[in-house]
Amino acid sequence: MPSLNSTFAGIKSPNPFWLASAPPTDKEYNVSRAFEAGWGGVVWKTLGLDPHIVNVNGPRYGAVWGPDRSLMGLNNIELITDRPLGVNLKEIKSVKRNYPDRAVVVSLMVPCDEASWQGILPQVEETNADGVELNFGCPHGMSERGMGSAVGQVPDYIEMVTRWVKSNTRMPVIVKLTPNITDIRYPARAAKKGGADAVSLINTVSSITSVNLDTFSPEPSIDGKGTHGGYCGPAVKPIALNMVAEIARDAETSDLPISGIGGISTWRDATEFLLLGAGNVQVCTAAMAYGFRIVSELQSGLLEWMNDKRFESVTDYRGLAVSNVTDWQNLNLNFVTKARIDQDLCIKCGRCFAVCEDTSHQAIVINSGRTFEVIDEECVACNLCVNVCPVEGCITMEQLKPGMVDKRTGQTVDENPLNWTQHPNNVLACTTD
Amino acid sequence: MGNSVYSPGTLPARLTPHEYEVNFSDINPGLSLHEAMVEADRCYFCYDAPCVTACPTGIDIPLFIRQISTGTPRAAAKTIFDSNILGGMCARSCPTENLCEGACVREVAESEPVEIGRLQRFATDTLMDENIHPYKRAHETGKIIAVIGSGPAGLACSHRLAMHGHNVEIFEEKPFLGGLNQTGIATYKTVNDFAQQEVEWLLKIGGIKFQLNKTVKDLEDLHKLTQDYDAVFVGAGLGDVNRLNIGSDKFQEAVTFIEELRLASDYGNIPIGRNVVVIGGGMTAIDAGVQSKLLGSENVTIAYRRSRSEMGASEHEINLALKNGVKLLTNAVPLGMSGDGTDEKLILGRTEIIGGKIQQIEDTIELPVDQVFMAIGQKLEFGPGSLAIDAGKIVVDSHGRTSVPGIWAGGDCTNLGEDLTVTAVAQGRDAAEDIHRHLSK
Ligand SMILES: Cc1cc2nc3c(=O)[nH]c(=O)nc-3n(C[C@H](O)[C@H](O)[C@H](O)COP(=O)(O)OP(=O)(O)OC[C@H]3O[C@@H](n4cnc5c(N)ncnc54)[C@H](O)[C@@H]3O)c2cc1C
Ligand SMILES: Cc1cc2nc3c(=O)[nH]c(=O)nc-3n(C[C@H](O)[C@H](O)[C@H](O)COP(=O)(O)O)c2cc1C
Ligand code: SF4
Ligand code: SF4
Ligand code: SF4
Repeated sequence: MPSLNSTFAGIKSPNPFWLASAPPTDKEYNVSRAFEAGWGGVVWKTLGLDPHIVNVNGPRYGAVWGPDRSLMGLNNIELITDRPLGVNLKEIKSVKRNYPDRAVVVSLMVPCDEASWQGILPQVEETNADGVELNFGCPHGMSERGMGSAVGQVPDYIEMVTRWVKSNTRMPVIVKLTPNITDIRYPARAAKKGGADAVSLINTVSSITSVNLDTFSPEPSIDGKGTHGGYCGPAVKPIALNMVAEIARDAETSDLPISGIGGISTWRDATEFLLLGAGNVQVCTAAMAYGFRIVSELQSGLLEWMNDKRFESVTDYRGLAVSNVTDWQNLNLNFVTKARIDQDLCIKCGRCFAVCEDTSHQAIVINSGRTFEVIDEECVACNLCVNVCPVEGCITMEQLKPGMVDKRTGQTVDENPLNWTQHPNNVLACTTD
Repeated sequence: MGNSVYSPGTLPARLTPHEYEVNFSDINPGLSLHEAMVEADRCYFCYDAPCVTACPTGIDIPLFIRQISTGTPRAAAKTIFDSNILGGMCARSCPTENLCEGACVREVAESEPVEIGRLQRFATDTLMDENIHPYKRAHETGKIIAVIGSGPAGLACSHRLAMHGHNVEIFEEKPFLGGLNQTGIATYKTVNDFAQQEVEWLLKIGGIKFQLNKTVKDLEDLHKLTQDYDAVFVGAGLGDVNRLNIGSDKFQEAVTFIEELRLASDYGNIPIGRNVVVIGGGMTAIDAGVQSKLLGSENVTIAYRRSRSEMGASEHEINLALKNGVKLLTNAVPLGMSGDGTDEKLILGRTEIIGGKIQQIEDTIELPVDQVFMAIGQKLEFGPGSLAIDAGKIVVDSHGRTSVPGIWAGGDCTNLGEDLTVTAVAQGRDAAEDIHRHLSK
């Protein structure tokens, strides 16, 4: 039987599923119930100095829905904890005492001066928490006060603050990164230079989810006005996966442990992060959308997959996909595929035809009897039909084996790979002969 | 020329082999992967879900559906079997419209519940088709428990006991295991010999021995058979039936007819009347009526002594009968027969319900009959001896304990039985847990 046991930045937990710093982790009552449901660890809702901040007293979330009103994206204008520091610290201590086998990490955000950090760190150590996470990510509210993403967007600040923290505590330090930046490698490198034990990402993406067509106010609307919030949930997963991969394959940070966050709702999502180099994962929106019980599915799904693949532990497959992430110029241009429609599965909706005819390469015909067929002479293998077909597995991509003729180009498929750096059309190509 | 639907009398082979095949094929075939994914997507993952409360075995329905939708049907099956080891048969036979699906919030929202039963079948079939038995026994405890009867109650109890490391010995009077799963559930609900396959799969847990063709008449009899058991579970069902006092060779018990049909290797061998009347208003009456029609009977009438709304069968089942061309005659009681040979008629008296009581009124109906099936209830055959009895059934508490220490009971033979496979499974399982607690003391 495979084991889900996890060690991340020296912190042990019975599984790699942690709850991210957010409302699910903002008090002892929640966290205890989360642990009862089976979560491996939590990052406590971000603490700040007293006097504690205040939140808006109207709606703080906006949403984007998929079909059947399933929540695809959530946006929030909530700030860090709005409870006194002492109350949180007392509860953290109590939780850690009651659940010694679970990971309890404390997220922190204090003003950008060393004294503030020197003040709070010993108090956190006193709770016996397993580590701290530095919230350099929050894109709204706190950033206006010079904290959160205001720090996270300046690599020099990240390095400086991380160094202060490392020199003032024995606890492992995780630096949480904001995605609201053009190249995620710079803040990750800065965190590493500052001595971080790990990075976690992503925090939320700056966003406006919708505008009310009657009141002309962005949503969520507070007395007729709105502000940009932080976007998260399934919609942000692709952004997060890419950023995790960028850090994992960057020579300067490839050995830096990564806690993967962003849009994880199912065991599959979690596994994708682990394969791209994350050492564990954190979840917020999925728990906020469905409750703590989803962790049962995360555990059973990952275990079943590990069993099928004969992996014994989480470290057996961590990062296995990293070496397969490469730059465009290295992709094999002699890899040729064609779309294939399974006539038994096809329900004849015609969407593949519509998208190919109107927006791609006019490579699908409607035959008599409303059957749809791919014209190999035209198909560039773009994958659009596969992506819009409502029946999973109905359209697939079939590889043309070396020696076969690509009817579109008239060329025989070469068994030797050829990428852009070697391509004759590339004026900068370096020939190998 | 062979027989047809219109051939007079009670005859076999009224239909062609192809017609039998079509008529007795799976009434509710399994979902394809695509269908399952689309349906699973509809579940809201409700908190304290009403569907779970409505399932007598309390399967964690939102969890198993989420496991299907995330591509892990085997994990989903495990979730189901954790609560209900006969989840495969229940997926086929449960009147879901009265149970889980009736309580689904999407029934409230758009009168279209999540198809929980079919999703359950999708998951359990996936695991069982791979012939995986997902449980291992705990360390042997050296204890042995006698189980009387191998219906859903006895099987569920045996499996749970075996899982806890106990040894089980089943005594079964029939030449096969399964109880009404094998002989009662309508043929078109459990095709391809599923009941026997399920039993074989269940026994893979190990630690369960059985003796077939072994009737345990009563507790004294059991005592003679085996002296050294640590506990007894009675899951003997209701082996006997209620009969009408009308002397005619045209009268037959519906359950016997259904059993013959279930065990038949060729439906063409089963004689069926051109004119059939079924007496009763429950699930058994519906099953006998529908299956008569499917065997090629021209006229099938279900005669019930009270009104339609008082019938034990659910609206869904009644509609199934009507859809198959079965006629419903309510407020009618059989009085006797008239005529002879192929001209015989069943005389029924009209009734009214006055103050909840059936009153016959001065009005009779005559129906031509070749066969009459009685489906007016079953009763206990197993001799209860010193066990406390209420309305002909063994009295148990919520743990399945009878009035005699060391003896537990569950399923149809108890006062808490509900004539449902799934309830029998729940009672068998819960009694096993209580026996285990008792023996672990
Ligand atoms: C025709 C019919 C159709 C039905 N259809 C459905 C349906 O679609 N859905 C549903 O949920 N429920 C249905 N039911 C009800 C369901 O089958 C029963 O509620 C369920 O099988 C009860 O399980 P049990 O284990 O208590 O008893 P049974 O299934 O009756 O099993 C009892 C077993 O004990 C054995 N036995 C009895 N006495 C002795 C003895 N003295 N010694 C040894 N062995 C003995 C019997 O041979 C039998 O194998 C139907 C019932 C009938 C009659
Ligand atoms: C309402 C809300 C409040 C949040 N508060 C914090 C916070 O206090 N500190 C923090 O580091 N991240 C905070 N986050 C960000 C989450 O921890 C997480 O990084 C982000 O939501 C992406 O993960 P997800 O897609 O699983 O939700 C918050 C997110 C939400 C939705
Ligand atoms: S989720 Fe709870 S706190 Fe939030 S608005 Fe609804 S009732 Fe109020
Ligand atoms: S989109 Fe898919 S289902 Fe629809 S016509 Fe094309 S192949 Fe068939
Ligand atoms: S009630 Fe319906 S929607 Fe809710 S959990 Fe149960 S099956 Fe899903």
